[in-house]
Amino acid sequence: MPMVGSMHGACRAHEGYGKSLKQFIRARYGTTVGLSGRGEMVPNKDTYCDIDPVVVDRWGIPVLRFHFKWSDHEIRQVKHMHETFKAVIEGMGGTVLGLRNPERESGGISVGGTIIHELGVVRMGNDPKTSALNGYCQAHDVKNLFVADAAPFVSNPDKNPTLTICALAWRTSEYIAEEMRKGNV
Amino acid sequence: MSRTRREILRNIAASVTLGGMSADAAQHVHHEAAAAKKKAAGVYKPRLFNEREFRTVRRLTEMIIPADEVSGSAVDAGAPEFIDLIGSHNEELGTLLAGGVAWLDRASEKRTGKVFVDAPAADQTALLDTIAYSNKATPETRPGVEFFEWMRRLTADAFYTSPVGVKDVGFKGNKGMTVFQVPAAAIGHAMKRSGLG
Repeated sequence: MPMVGSMHGACRAHEGYGKSLKQFIRARYGTTVGLSGRGEMVPNKDTYCDIDPVVVDRWGIPVLRFHFKWSDHEIRQVKHMHETFKAVIEGMGGTVLGLRNPERESGGISVGGTIIHELGVVRMGNDPKTSALNGYCQAHDVKNLFVADAAPFVSNPDKNPTLTICALAWRTSEYIAEEMRKGNV
Repeated sequence: MSRTRREILRNIAASVTLGGMSADAAQHVHHEAAAAKKKAAGVYKPRLFNEREFRTVRRLTEMIIPADEVSGSAVDAGAPEFIDLIGSHNEELGTLLAGGVAWLDRASEKRTGKVFVDAPAADQTALLDTIAYSNKATPETRPGVEFFEWMRRLTADAFYTSPVGVKDVGFKGNKGMTVFQVPAAAIGHAMKRSGLG
């Protein structure tokens, strides 16, 4: 069903106004296919969050401040996607019309943070200096504190993480039960 | 309008400048405009534009998507109301649109001594021709070109999400099928390309 934005590509291609614009839009409608690529971002040291020194939320609690940067890994991945899509489209006998907004205006890659499934920032790891939780999502510093949501992830796989979140939580639950039985927590 | 409906419209309008609005959301705007019109004895009272600006927007939408042998114009589809309603809920967009109308009126007065909506049709067309193509933009016309790009997109957004526009492009939606049949033409095309048929 036509949505806001559906005809923007045709508007940009034809410009002008009037009967010929209307005819152009009508002729083009239903003749296009869009391909959207998804890939995994490799965590980098320029992409992190810290506690904002100034901004607080409506309850007076300091908010997170986000620092973000694409690396060559992502730029090159996206370039490969474009080339693959081009090959698919042209192999089928189609014509590449180009990128849609907003990627057209942001160098061909999505604006950071556009795609959802937020994960991380309470990393699991073996070294308490570089992680908050151990492999069972138990806090290094506080033995009876566990984090069982999406926060323990150390990287973001490009697909839906819900089942992995559930699997980790299940594993954490069994560990908690076992540790309680042993009297450790 | 209740607070929740107002918030919904504000989010919708915000998404226009960010890019991306669902089919449902567009329908919501059309419904709100129709409801507002019904409430005021069939006459839509604009919220963003003053009367003259609204007449200008009406004329612009009609010129951008006129009636033809297939369907009515953007005015028939409720585009002026759609644009006014969205613009009234998004400050950035509202300023852009009202400012654009003002720019257009100044440009029209320079040529004809009259504001755009009161100028003869031939002069209206001549003026639009100077701002309807990005490769013809000059430093002087650049703001008008930018404004017209927005008007063209918004008019198309309003028209093609309305019943008039949906019918114009022949959108049929999902239809129940009891049998799946690959069209003979598609099979023929594939066979021909494959070198087997």
